[in-house]
Amino acid sequence: MLKIDKLHAAVDGKAILNGLDLEVKDGEVHAIMGPNGSGKSTLAQVLAGRDTFEVTAGSVDWDGTDLLALPAEERARAGLFLAFQYPVEIPGVSNAYFLKAAVNAIRRHRGLPEYDAMDFLSRVKAEMKAVGMREEFLYRSVNEGFSGGEKKRNEVLQMALLEPKLAVLDETDSGLDIDALKVVAEGVNRLRSPERSMIVITHYQRLLDYIVPDRVHVLSKGRIVRSGGRELALELEQHGYGWIESGAGAAQAAGAAGG
Amino acid sequence: MNTIDTWVARHRERAATLPGAALPWLTGHRRDAIDSFAAAGWPTSRLEAWRHTSLAFLDQQPLIAPEDAPHPATTLAALRADFDDGGHWLVFVDGHFEPTLSVRPPLPAGVTISALSEALARQPEAVEAAFGSAAGDDTAVVSSPYALNLALCSDGAFVHLAPGTALEQPLHLVFIGATGAADSHVRNLILAEANAEANIVEHHLGGGSTLGTVVTRVQAAQDARISHIKLQQQDEQSIHLASIEAEQARGSHFATHSLSFGARLARNDIRTRFDGEGCETLFNGLYHVDGRRHVDHHTLIDHARPHGTSREHYRGLVDGNARGVFAGRIIVAQDAQRTDAVQRCDNLLLSKMAEADARPELEIYADDVKCAHGATVGQIDDNALFYLRTRGVDETHARQLLTYAFAAEVIERIAQDALRRHARATLLARLPGGALLEELL
Ligand SMILES: Nc1ncnc2c1ncn2[C@@H]1O[C@H](COP(=O)(O)OP(=O)(O)OP(=O)(O)O)[C@@H](O)[C@H]1O
Ligand SMILES: [Mg+2]
Repeated sequence: MLKIDKLHAAVDGKAILNGLDLEVKDGEVHAIMGPNGSGKSTLAQVLAGRDTFEVTAGSVDWDGTDLLALPAEERARAGLFLAFQYPVEIPGVSNAYFLKAAVNAIRRHRGLPEYDAMDFLSRVKAEMKAVGMREEFLYRSVNEGFSGGEKKRNEVLQMALLEPKLAVLDETDSGLDIDALKVVAEGVNRLRSPERSMIVITHYQRLLDYIVPDRVHVLSKGRIVRSGGRELALELEQHGYGWIESGAGAAQAAGAAGG
Repeated sequence: MNTIDTWVARHRERAATLPGAALPWLTGHRRDAIDSFAAAGWPTSRLEAWRHTSLAFLDQQPLIAPEDAPHPATTLAALRADFDDGGHWLVFVDGHFEPTLSVRPPLPAGVTISALSEALARQPEAVEAAFGSAAGDDTAVVSSPYALNLALCSDGAFVHLAPGTALEQPLHLVFIGATGAADSHVRNLILAEANAEANIVEHHLGGGSTLGTVVTRVQAAQDARISHIKLQQQDEQSIHLASIEAEQARGSHFATHSLSFGARLARNDIRTRFDGEGCETLFNGLYHVDGRRHVDHHTLIDHARPHGTSREHYRGLVDGNARGVFAGRIIVAQDAQRTDAVQRCDNLLLSKMAEADARPELEIYADDVKCAHGATVGQIDDNALFYLRTRGVDETHARQLLTYAFAAEVIERIAQDALRRHARATLLARLPGGALLEELL
């Protein structure tokens, strides 16, 4: 279980997360929505271990470990995965090498034998097929020149290969056509299991038709201001965030966070 | 002490034993050259082209030949193990041709590959036409070290390709510094007639020859295609001063790949001039310096004629207290319409004390041209580093991977498979964590 407690984070002295509370139990899928600039990506990056953000107060407990004490690579090896809102281009590193380095780093940590070239290729090709990526993407540099949708599929491919225990998807649905959206959703749903949990950050309730969340939270100004079931996403779609910020949500905010 | 007078005296002592000593045109050139060197002295930072790379210290410092260099045969064997191409190998030790170490399989008709000393004995007129002089060339570019080279060059390669001939395999020119010499000077002449084609590789290795000068002159006649690759890796005592000078006739193609991995100081002056329409050139370069090493590339692409295309890509990895210098000059003459030129130089600083200077100099006198240029000095991309770490790759490995990937883009432009593999392996062997990255190969 992931338990975020009164988390405060800042960049260059500017507070972005302001006492954020959230609990995600094993097997649950939580959606986080919220206006631009409210801190959704910041939360995702802090969880993944980006040290440009300074955690000024609060804690994150993950199955009894202090998540914030681990460097980014150890979080990944322990089963945390972040699908980036803006996947990074790495010129000169082939996607194949990148995926293999990642998979083997994590397998080593889990005490599993590393894949040899053949095993790895057959595994990765099968997963690529499932997310609708052509083989040529293996031999291109990581994300370089990929279209927006191709980058997102590449994130889902990585998630499938790394089989995380906790996946955070930061707007993986943004910029996708309707077919790609289904592919992403299927990728997520295939991974759903009682041991795995997911945090899905999105602006669109449409995604939640495909990935049905256990809980929906609204993040505003660095805090969770409203939580509810999946019907909350529909209400937001109808009324916009002004509805929550103007008080209708605030009244129900206290104690709303959590599973 | 090692003053200018010492060099003048060396010229006097050696003149009679240098190859071509019986040829008046050559002894005349050598005399002019040592006079011009004596008048100019070593370049200092007062000269714009040597602003970052003063050689004034050479006046004060004696040259001492190191004593513990491995046997040249050992160095050569390690190098040849990377190639099984059945090509030609000319080997020079401390600037002197070593026939016993060289490998000379039969050549196609019309192709001559010989040591300069051999060519001066057999076909002096052909050498004379290509030799160059201290006075005849553009004096703004010819610097005193290359005049010294002319005065003292003890050998080098002479390559002549008759019209339409081609070398199937690369020609390897290997220059090994060994014990016993404190200076060495070699001069290579490459003459490609119309439609001829060749890949020529210079390997500069070893620890001897504290001061080495190298001049390589390339003449590419109409539609000739010449690719020149220079792999320079010497130990920390060596000073390497090298000039590559090409002249291209109509429709010719000349590529230079300069991979500079050190010496204490390495200076490369590389230039080409388009003497006919529709020439193409590629200037591709990579330097990796660490410790207190210093590497400097000064390049010049002279678009003297219309419809020329040039692509210049340099990358530098600068570590430790090292310094990397790049100055890329491109001249587009007034009637060189439809010129298409791209120049980039990007540097990665791998330590706090490392320093890099990258300076484009474009002089464009024509109006119908496409010219793009850019120069950067930066650090490893934090976003890429974080991305890799979130995939479980530890920080050290991620840095090594990104460093290698940055440099590898230059190596990928080497078209010949065996050469590209050798260049990759050489780079990996120099980078920390190279073994981990071998999977990339
Ligand atoms: N490195 C940074 N330096 C300065 N400000 C930052 C930095 N990173 C984020 N911010 C600021 O923090 C705030 C929250 O940004 P964040 O990216 O977390 O928003 P978001 O909720 O993900 O928005 P969006 O829906 O547009 O993706 C924004 O005001 C943003 O400008
Ligand atoms: Mg965001």
